[in-house]
Amino acid sequence: MSKLNQDKAPIMEALLNFDSMRVVPFDVPGHKRGRGNPELTAFLGSQCMRFDVNSMKPLDNLCHPTSVIAEAERLAADAFGAAHAFFMVSGTTSAVQAMIMSVCQRGDKIILPRNVHKCVINAVILCGAIPVYINPRQSERLGISLGMMLSDVERVVLENPDAKAVFVNNPTYYGVCSNLPAIIRLAHKHNMKVLADEAHGTHFYFGEGLPVAAMRAGADMSSVSMHKSGGSLTQSSLLLAGSEMNEGHIRQIINLTQTTSASYLLLSSLDISRRRLALSGREIFNSVSKMAEYARREINEIGDYYAYGKDLANGDEVFDFDTTKLAVNTLDTGLAGIEVYDVLRDEYDIQIEFGDLGNILAYLSMGDSYKDLERLVGALSEIRRRLKRDRAGMFSYEYINPKVILPPQQAFYTRKESVPIKEGAGRICGEFIMCYPPGIPVLAPGEEITYETIRYIEYAKEKGCLLTGTEDLAVERINVLKE
Amino acid sequence: MELWFSEKHTKGVKLSIQVNKQIYSGKSDFQRIDVFESEVFGRFLTLDGIMMLTEKDEFIYHEMIVHVPMAVHPDPKKVLVIGAGDGGVVRELTRYNSVSEIDLVEIDGEVIEVCKKYLPKTACRMDDPRVKIHIQDGLKYVRKCENIYDLIIVDSTDPFGPGEGLFTKEFYGNCFKALKEDGIMVNQHESPFYKDDAAAMQRAHKRIVESFPISRVYQAHIPTYPSGHWLFGFASRGYHPINDFDSAKWRALGIKTRYYNTGIHLGAFTLPNYVQQLLEEVE
Repeated sequence: MSKLNQDKAPIMEALLNFDSMRVVPFDVPGHKRGRGNPELTAFLGSQCMRFDVNSMKPLDNLCHPTSVIAEAERLAADAFGAAHAFFMVSGTTSAVQAMIMSVCQRGDKIILPRNVHKCVINAVILCGAIPVYINPRQSERLGISLGMMLSDVERVVLENPDAKAVFVNNPTYYGVCSNLPAIIRLAHKHNMKVLADEAHGTHFYFGEGLPVAAMRAGADMSSVSMHKSGGSLTQSSLLLAGSEMNEGHIRQIINLTQTTSASYLLLSSLDISRRRLALSGREIFNSVSKMAEYARREINEIGDYYAYGKDLANGDEVFDFDTTKLAVNTLDTGLAGIEVYDVLRDEYDIQIEFGDLGNILAYLSMGDSYKDLERLVGALSEIRRRLKRDRAGMFSYEYINPKVILPPQQAFYTRKESVPIKEGAGRICGEFIMCYPPGIPVLAPGEEITYETIRYIEYAKEKGCLLTGTEDLAVERINVLKE
Repeated sequence: MELWFSEKHTKGVKLSIQVNKQIYSGKSDFQRIDVFESEVFGRFLTLDGIMMLTEKDEFIYHEMIVHVPMAVHPDPKKVLVIGAGDGGVVRELTRYNSVSEIDLVEIDGEVIEVCKKYLPKTACRMDDPRVKIHIQDGLKYVRKCENIYDLIIVDSTDPFGPGEGLFTKEFYGNCFKALKEDGIMVNQHESPFYKDDAAAMQRAHKRIVESFPISRVYQAHIPTYPSGHWLFGFASRGYHPINDFDSAKWRALGIKTRYYNTGIHLGAFTLPNYVQQLLEEVE
């Protein structure tokens, strides 16, 4: 697949070479290879501080790459099967925002499922695009949002022929994939771009038996969280673009908000991780898939827990499922997912990715072992033995169909007033409110607050979900539009 | 020429034993395994460079981890041993005719093979017909057991390597479930003396207290372990280690021991003040 020699790691090599020159630093950063800040150096390690350097000729510049960063980006594009790759240092959030702002201007329509990460709606607020939501299908039993049905996408595309792009989660946080190849064919037929959020899909590009990766399926752009399944440092990410996209324009969009002091720790971590994935990604993700399968089997044997996998797939709204994900429904134990999540950390010293009202998600990756999985399974078995209760009164659903009254940007910039959440019914919301993680908004700016959403928010708080997004940090009050 | 084995007992303190020769060295899927021969301590086994047992002082450890619970439980028949690939616990257990089944669960089969070959003084009873060996993660094994055992003996390594899972709340909870309603669990409980060992000891105690209605700690002197002052945990679903101890009954069994006796049994549960304080902090 790769045409280039993936053995190389140009940024790392340039850093090593630069280090060996013993150049005297009269530039930033001011800690001067760590010497000026011994406490920080003692904490992070001298190797780390030595490579925290500034952009300069031999090390290239992320804002205008012409040498080693350009070469590293070419290698990444080659490894991921994209025409261009951009190294991102402000998280996948920055990649998603650049992606949307590259194809949408103020007033342009973008078609997207409502169960997107909040950064997607933030991007819509920034650029003034008009979101056209597709309600994702729901699993009654699990209380989670699934993918989009192809017929729903088709209907919305036909109703909005002027839309500029279709946005797709590939996969959702829980591992669910929509029928991406068919959505791409449909969108392209109607001259719309396809943007993929692959925050949870880096491994699709390298593993076997996994859902199709967006760029391989012909998507126009994709945001790939290398720091999740790809193994790079937190906050480092990739933006991929297809051959129909204008590389220079995308870079200009990125540079609107990107730092001019990109961290070489993040950049080299992207470079080294890309090399590792290209050279041994297949074996790595085969072993992660096997571990996840093993854990699913063992957890399902305990009873009452339901660790789901490809059995959810139905060829449409669950077109495919990412088998490296270990999502477990907890409702039959009488415990909310968030309760199991809290007990695992507080009593068993096990930190998992998140718990929602009915599910937990344990994030498995290249760093896991069967021994650690044994602890997770053993703890789940114990939690059921000790804490199982009747499931009556359990709230399960994660998703409420939003009533969109105003475009997000307009709502965000309209004059607002603060009211107690309990008294908000009927008003138009002026800000976000979400459980974090997973960070999918319960309410976004411009949406009507309903009794159903209030009840949901109260229940999530009572069960211990971390609610975020409101100006009021106590999440007692909410900003609504002035009437 | 002098050849010495050294182990750091804590930062700045080490124990060295002069070695005649190295008898075995190998690397399993889990750890490095070495057997040495020395003038003073005889043969000794180390895992990842950490002392497991010497022929000279292993009797103290094995007698104390086995005879204390065996003298409290009125009728122990089914025993589960976790870790203990060296066979020392099994050797002591097989001296009781009342024991009908011993399940030994060791994660590293190579430890058993090496000990059978090079440490016959401890591994001598591994072929006893009552012993069934399972090469498996102990945590996984107990997860699938319910209401089966009279006694569980946890003879683990330190909680900083392959033995980490055996110092967790999920493990102790699963042991509770694997025991019969009047079952006893005894575990290697680290040392109260050096900082890191003491922290591991407190952590284990906290987790056991949370899982069992009765949880007491007893001590022994083991010269080759860090500080020489070592603890064991006695946790049970019903029996009290002293109130339910029938010394006459145990003496009548006529088991010859070199360290354990019924007086030590009572005395071992009397702990120094600083140890009591460490335990109370987490109870």
